[in-house]
Amino acid sequence: MQHVPGVDRGRVILYALSTCGWCARTKDLLAGLGVAFSYVYVDLLAGEERDRVVREVERWNPRLSFPTVVVDGAKVIVGFREQEIREVVGV
Amino acid sequence: MSDEVNDGEIDGFVRDLAREAEAGGYHTNPDREFTRSLVRGLLANRERYGYISCPCRLASGNREDDLDIICPCDYRDPDLADYGACYCALYVTADVAAGVRTPAPVPERRPPPGERERQKEERTRAGPAPGGLKYPVWRCRVCGYLCARDEPPETCPICRVSRDRFERFM
Repeated sequence: MQHVPGVDRGRVILYALSTCGWCARTKDLLAGLGVAFSYVYVDLLAGEERDRVVREVERWNPRLSFPTVVVDGAKVIVGFREQEIREVVGV
Repeated sequence: MSDEVNDGEIDGFVRDLAREAEAGGYHTNPDREFTRSLVRGLLANRERYGYISCPCRLASGNREDDLDIICPCDYRDPDLADYGACYCALYVTADVAAGVRTPAPVPERRPPPGERERQKEERTRAGPAPGGLKYPVWRCRVCGYLCARDEPPETCPICRVSRDRFERFM
């Protein structure tokens, strides 16, 4: 999990794929908003680590689709939904 | 990113893809940089898995399990009809390509793993051609092309996908 420093708006985690255009846009949006967040490219993981992270994403989003953004272990945004992301991180 | 794909290869692939799409009545996204980023993902997946798995979906690495998400995926055409773009927005409808309409965000249509397994079993249960039919009818799961012959064609003449993307229709 990589960490991007910024303003603390709660624990923001972005589950992404390194190959996905919408994941890249989501990451750029969060970075542009200046909020602190962590991200992980699930497609680049292997073995047990990948299985563990896949189960984690499925818990928030059973369809296992990307990007999935989880804020404070409570709010989940699936897909590049700019307005929703802005609202949830309060910027 | 760990997968190195060179720019010349990306440009060539983007050109070929656009040409093939237009020839079949499809359109690639006119946002050049966005399309290039998706093609970079497709080529990275080809390096990794040996096939151009959807860049916006998590591939298993097992071709059989990933067949439905090899680009163009089984979900492209219904997503074009409903949202004006495929899940990645690599393919868009004519009005979106012309800038007349902005595509809507596309929710994931691919069924979860359990459901996919069930559908796969149903497909393999298809029996012999129904009475009166001289040949079985095969359907391309990507574009819907139908043909009546002993085996599906090696390549779909409409959308160019491989034989293993066909299912028994009748």
